[in-house]
Amino acid sequence: MQPILSLEGVAKSYGGVKALTSGALDLYPGQVTALLGENGAGKSTLVKIITGIVRADGGRIVLDGGPVSIASAEHARSLGISAIFQEPVVFDALTVAENIFITGRPQKRGVVDWPTMRRRSREILAELDPGIEPDMVLGRLSVAQRHLVQIARALSNDARIVIMDEPTAALSHREAEELFAITRRLRDEGRAILFISHKFEEVFALCDRYAVFRDGAGVGQGMIEGISSERLITLMVGRPVDQVFPKQTVPIGREMLRVEALGRGQEYEDVSFDVRQGEILGVYGLIGAGRSEVMHALFGTAPAETGRIVLDGETVTIRSASDAIARGIGFVPEDRQMQGAHLRLAIGDNITLPSLGRTTRAGFLSRRRERAQAGPLAQSLGVKMSGLDQRVEELSGGNQQKVVIAKWLATSPRVLILDEPTKGIDVGAKAQVHRLMGELAAQGVAIIMVSSELPEVLGMADRIMVMRRGLVQAVVARAEATPERIVRLATDA
Amino acid sequence: MSDLSLSAGAAARTGRRPWRALVRWESLLVLAILIDFAINAHASPYFLDPWTLSDVTVSVVEKAVVALAMAFLVMAGEIDISVGGIIALASVAMGLVARGGSPLPLVVASGIATGCVAGGVNGLLVTVGRVPSIVATIGTMTLFRGVAYAVLGDGVLKTYPPGFAWIGQGYVAGPVSFELVLFAVLAAIAIILLHATAFGRRVIATGSNPEASRMSGIATGRLRFWLFVAVGTAAGLASVLLTSRLGSTRPSIAQGWELEIVTMVILGGVAIEGGVGSIPGVVLAAILMGLVTFGLGLLNVPGIVMSVVTGTMLIVVVAVPAAVRRFGPERR
Amino acid sequence: MRELIAGIMSGRALRTREAGLLGLNLLLLVAIAPFFPAFLRPVNLAGVFDDTALLILLALGEMLVLLTRGVDLSIAANLAFTGMVVALLNQYHPGLGLVPVLVLSVLMGAALGAVNGLLVWLLRIPSIVVTLGTLSIYRGAVYLASGGKWVNSNQMSPAFLGLVRWHAGGVSMLSWTAIVCAALVAVFLRRSILGRNLYAAGNNPAAAAYAGIDVGVMQGAAFLIAGAIAGLCGYLWVSRYAVAYTDVASGFELQVIAACVIGGVSISGGVGSVGGVVLGALFLGIIKNALPLVGVSPFFQMAVSGIVITGAVLINARGSRASALRILERRPA
Repeated sequence: MQPILSLEGVAKSYGGVKALTSGALDLYPGQVTALLGENGAGKSTLVKIITGIVRADGGRIVLDGGPVSIASAEHARSLGISAIFQEPVVFDALTVAENIFITGRPQKRGVVDWPTMRRRSREILAELDPGIEPDMVLGRLSVAQRHLVQIARALSNDARIVIMDEPTAALSHREAEELFAITRRLRDEGRAILFISHKFEEVFALCDRYAVFRDGAGVGQGMIEGISSERLITLMVGRPVDQVFPKQTVPIGREMLRVEALGRGQEYEDVSFDVRQGEILGVYGLIGAGRSEVMHALFGTAPAETGRIVLDGETVTIRSASDAIARGIGFVPEDRQMQGAHLRLAIGDNITLPSLGRTTRAGFLSRRRERAQAGPLAQSLGVKMSGLDQRVEELSGGNQQKVVIAKWLATSPRVLILDEPTKGIDVGAKAQVHRLMGELAAQGVAIIMVSSELPEVLGMADRIMVMRRGLVQAVVARAEATPERIVRLATDA
Repeated sequence: MSDLSLSAGAAARTGRRPWRALVRWESLLVLAILIDFAINAHASPYFLDPWTLSDVTVSVVEKAVVALAMAFLVMAGEIDISVGGIIALASVAMGLVARGGSPLPLVVASGIATGCVAGGVNGLLVTVGRVPSIVATIGTMTLFRGVAYAVLGDGVLKTYPPGFAWIGQGYVAGPVSFELVLFAVLAAIAIILLHATAFGRRVIATGSNPEASRMSGIATGRLRFWLFVAVGTAAGLASVLLTSRLGSTRPSIAQGWELEIVTMVILGGVAIEGGVGSIPGVVLAAILMGLVTFGLGLLNVPGIVMSVVTGTMLIVVVAVPAAVRRFGPERR
Repeated sequence: MRELIAGIMSGRALRTREAGLLGLNLLLLVAIAPFFPAFLRPVNLAGVFDDTALLILLALGEMLVLLTRGVDLSIAANLAFTGMVVALLNQYHPGLGLVPVLVLSVLMGAALGAVNGLLVWLLRIPSIVVTLGTLSIYRGAVYLASGGKWVNSNQMSPAFLGLVRWHAGGVSMLSWTAIVCAALVAVFLRRSILGRNLYAAGNNPAAAAYAGIDVGVMQGAAFLIAGAIAGLCGYLWVSRYAVAYTDVASGFELQVIAACVIGGVSISGGVGSVGGVVLGALFLGIIKNALPLVGVSPFFQMAVSGIVITGAVLINARGSRASALRILERRPA
């Protein structure tokens, strides 16, 4: 059988950072192909290339046996490619019918033909979920129903290739089952389906083929039948970890932070762990497992509703970031551009911001003291800059991240939380960040590192806390941590 | 604005401090002021007389006092459209207090306190009520002026304690008016506050990136609340000056001032998106607007034509850097 | 007919809102009735509608701009400028008749709106800055056009003055204009691709771009139409009040925005309906006309409108309360 869509050696870089180096993927009509890989393996970039949102820098895309260049989202649609995104690309103030036909509303004499649009929507929806009415406002629908509306949109476009990007991430078990039934039906109608998921049980239940990505490259494809989850995990994580991360052995000191039974709404519950001086606690889990939410509770930016935080033996209440800073907690957030850095401010101003009290006297700024504070930090972290007056937006991602870390070091934290500290930065900067973490631990800082990158967690952490669906699955000691064990704990495998 | 000119120009790549580029923006303002100064001097032989120059400051100072505070608010990413209404309300409040025979300090305090409370109302609507500031202050603008109308109707209040007139009409030394001295002092305080204190740094940081600021330990909600209070208080003070100068009050005073004040702030180089700006720029913009108004007055051009000039300046100032950024040579 | 109704009231969620507003308006009328039964007489209600017609018209245009996440502060100045120019045209060439006046008012208004639209679309300048600037320019231009003089009723031709006063079915031509315009805008928003795309662009710009909708063009189009409506209102205003001068409708833009916000138009784009806007404008209109009748001093009107507007925006801000991890989201632009 000939694949309907074939990608060979597809590459894509964002501002010098390679997201995809040699993406390879074949999609066959009438088959569901699972796309597997850790976060950052290049899956979402691949999806963006196939759907025309970004253009590949290199490689070949073959559709129906002939090479194509997918120029835009509209072009992708006209080629019969449709995607169901994780964050639905929908209009919540518009009706279901209009969401389905947003790219091609039926017209009669030059105006929108609502009766036809409604009728065709109802026809399409009848096969998906008869409970959804064409006239419903989309904002009122559940997440699962929004996914169905996106599927309906794909069907209205007569899509031959349907991409589903973690469609079950926010769905209940029953909703997921219904989605699978629909997916199978689409498959049986002869469509090629690309199904992205972290959940092995879904992959084995639904998919016919697999394709595994690692570090921006396709590392294996084949039939699901006859392959084991162990083999897939090995393909996903597959590299010798210890060589990349020179982990320093640091004496572990006294307990610095302990949390007991933290909980907040639907996000997480009964989260308990501790971290000691000089220790790096890795926190691993899939997106949506509640990791970042717990960190925001520790930092006071989204306080927990239940539970207790004990800092250096003292029970503390942290209601805001300034509470946390005053108590010696620092936080390098995941979203560097939105939450971490002030892109339009100077490097020096960024670094001194959370610790302004130290460089000011009676509230007055002192250029000299600011420079004395920020200069050595920027230098010791190796920020490549023309000077402290340079604006952060002019730096590369890796150097921006170093500035964000520097601003927390300026507060002399006792506990430093790093949420995805090396996300989207180049290899060289990654290594520097890792080395820095080791040095901080050696100085007695207690470090909590949230990461979706398994090698990073395995390579840097002394202990690894694995979260799944808002619960702590286990805290695994470094010596007992294997990639397979961690992934198994984080997923349903 | 100056931010736009910065990113458009070569300065962006050299990575110097933003204030260098602001100085560039300010030197443009200075140039415009000099040109207008020359035109005015050419147009009227009396222009260079110190007393004439002193007259230039009349009326623009009152707006400029509010613009100083508004600059902080806009830099923090918010806006207050209700300042004209606050001035009217504070003026009516003072008129009523004065009619009751209260002494001078109480009259002045009532005006400033009214502005302070009105600013607090705006601040609460925006920070606790989570109403976008432009919407909230469009509402309160009607509310404040409406209360002034409800209290006073079409009446006029003219009774003020002795000495009240001096605030808006008196001279400290020679042609130097009290209003001018007051403005100079406030401008100096504003410059120090914004550019030399931790508070000013926090204001700029909040406007530049509110989320990252919150994550850096800045109480952004409280900060914005107090900035609204500051703008209200400044409007109360402007009301004292204006009421004293006019010697009477009606609910219709300071109509449309909000737009002139905001224009002054933006013309001064403060970016409407927040995070960028300087107080010297705002002061220069105020001087420029005062000179242009006065100069047109010398030429017997009525004040309303001034609005064409102001509006054109505003758009050109914003559009030219934006056009260069959009259609000029590629950045990076 | 069903389409027209759907066009006036879009979406089930909004329909309940519009029903609420309608109920509020009726409640207001019922509350007034015992004090002043004559208020409910059809002639009087028609008068109230006539008095509110200009607000309705301008609010329709403003809604289009708000839908695309913009705001137009210049519509009242546009109205004043266009109104003055057509009044002068009529004064000096009374023989030309009404057609050139109407055509000129719409075209000139559209041109002034297009200036806003082009600056917002091509240069991506925030619409509040652009329209703050054009507000001053257009207002000053009224003076430049007229030399500061008034155009009074005795300088206007009977035809110029007569159109808005002509009654059909007990309703003034001005009211009919508002009704027809509301219907046209409703149909435009409901049935035309452009109208639908205005909603999409404002509701979710990123998704709109993905769906092939140019968000900038949508904003430009909204300003153009809002300008055209404001221009038409220029003639209507000058004709109805039989006078043109520099300060015509000064500050009226804020009342227009208030009518939109009360009518449920979201300042952050994508949400709003013709029905809501009309009811929001009528709500303000009824209050304005009823207060003097029930013995409240006319000077209280503004304070009451202020309370109503502030209350409405506060209530509208509800529902969008902070979700669990609000900090992970960027506040709407």
